[in-house]
Amino acid sequence: MRRKISLKPITLLLLLITFVSYGAEGGSSSESGTDKETEIKEYIQHHLQDSYDFTLFSWTTDSGEHKYFGFPLPVIIWDNGLKVFSSSKFHHGEAVAEVGGNYYKVHHSKIYKVDGLNGEIIEDADHHATNEKPLDFSITKNVTMIMMVFLIMFFMFKKMASAYQKNRNLPKGMGRLLEPIVLYIRDDIARPNIGEKNYKRYMSYLLTVFFFVWIVNLFGLTPIGMNVTNNIAVTFCLAIITYLITTFTAKKDYWKHIFWMPGVPVPMKIILAPIELLGTFIKPFSLMIRLYANITAGHIVMMSLIGMMFIFKNWIGTPLSFALAFVIGILELLVAALQAYIFTMLSALYFGSAVEEHDHEAH
Amino acid sequence: MEIPAIVGAGLVVIGAGIGIGKIGGSAMEAIARQPEATGKIQTAMLIAAALIEGIGFAALFAV
Amino acid sequence: MEKLLEEFSLGLFFWQAVLFIALVFLLKKFAWKPILDSVNDREEGIKRALDSAEKAKLEMQNLQADNEKLIKEARAEREAMLKEARDIKNKMIDDAKEEAREEAGKLIAQAQASIETEKKAAITELKSQVANLSIEIAEKVVRDELSNKDKQVKLVESMLGEATLN
Repeated sequence: MRRKISLKPITLLLLLITFVSYGAEGGSSSESGTDKETEIKEYIQHHLQDSYDFTLFSWTTDSGEHKYFGFPLPVIIWDNGLKVFSSSKFHHGEAVAEVGGNYYKVHHSKIYKVDGLNGEIIEDADHHATNEKPLDFSITKNVTMIMMVFLIMFFMFKKMASAYQKNRNLPKGMGRLLEPIVLYIRDDIARPNIGEKNYKRYMSYLLTVFFFVWIVNLFGLTPIGMNVTNNIAVTFCLAIITYLITTFTAKKDYWKHIFWMPGVPVPMKIILAPIELLGTFIKPFSLMIRLYANITAGHIVMMSLIGMMFIFKNWIGTPLSFALAFVIGILELLVAALQAYIFTMLSALYFGSAVEEHDHEAH
Repeated sequence: MEIPAIVGAGLVVIGAGIGIGKIGGSAMEAIARQPEATGKIQTAMLIAAALIEGIGFAALFAV
Repeated sequence: MEKLLEEFSLGLFFWQAVLFIALVFLLKKFAWKPILDSVNDREEGIKRALDSAEKAKLEMQNLQADNEKLIKEARAEREAMLKEARDIKNKMIDDAKEEAREEAGKLIAQAQASIETEKKAAITELKSQVANLSIEIAEKVVRDELSNKDKQVKLVESMLGEATLN
């Protein structure tokens, strides 16, 4: 998972699968096998990282020139004042951007400050850049996709809601597909885990998080090449919201069970308290890691299998990796929904434990 | 000779795999025994599997 | 772990947090609340419809039971009325018979009485006739006696014989 990459043939392959049917020439340059492997590794790594411009695919011309198909996105950084400029200034990370007398360079999908137009990224022994990092609030590719999903979800569900009003409380169109899912979340996730009395408060969050994660995961499987949920920042954000909701809606019983577990002897209570407290942090942490790791692993496996087609380049290996990639792709469709379900389910479970009222005689 | 950390992670993944396998197997048996409780068993199974999976990932990322 | 920390992007976190929280609140207002309310309404409506159907069914059953009861009652009443009518008829017939019998008895008695009277009258008349006859006979006998004694005795004897035969 710590390999570095950038392979153009694969972009071409993604292109081949989805957009147009050319690209067979993709990997035909005369590189040796190991070069190709490193290239694939780098490409996968690059795919997993965020980027400052929205590139659908890129390729290298015969003359060695890199061509990109896509559009630049705004870069917003805070470095002694707000600076907004187009990411086209970076020339896809190949050039140093000069903004208001400061110079910035993209290194491993992060913006670093450099000394001048020819400034270099200085790395320490662990290959960590030591350059100064400005506060970065850029609208990156992932942020663009989050915004897109935001708009899609907002209009889709708004339309669904208005259809109910017009149609005597009956769903219409998309709503017919979505209603069972909404009802499933209500009846099989929220109700049994949170309890009939309290579940209504959490419905908005649970529904939003489920559909957000699901739609974002599904978009990750399209060849647009975005993968929002394999950014730790995104899953961290979702997990921290779950944690905050759990903590702030928790009732007395919840804290009592953490700090002074009823029904166990006093020495045990003292031992249990820190463990229970740690547990409250581990729960959202595992939520974060689970979603992140599942999606990342899925993407790596998919990309590697696709990349293998270009390494094998024969009549047995290539169809085989294609078939494997196809099967894994179907599996990933399932994983996309499953991870959304598990995230919602576990969130509901944590909310449920926060608002649960125990019958103390029973302990 | 030093054992690389990734070997440890592999061991954890094996453990997690066995654990999830056992959960799945038991769930299957439970469903076969009580098909009417399929929904509840599946939910419990997924939760348990997800928790173990979390440990597996934690090990992988600790490397 | 280290890699994860290194990968963490504050900008992305910021945008995700802002957009996601905004999405939760926007959807809550514009989508989830109306959708869940509609679904609830619909479910309530279905429940109510089922309840009222159940109630209607019960009412129907009650009505049917009532109907049956009414029919039974009516039948019983009709039966009773018929029985009464039959009784009355029988009684009337019996009464009529009794009356007729009494009347007949009375008539018979009257007839018997009149027969008796007639008989008595007849007997009286007969007696008076017999007396008259006897007187006549006596007269004749007396006349004959006056002429011929033998003949007189003979006549009396024959006449007496005739009289006893009558």
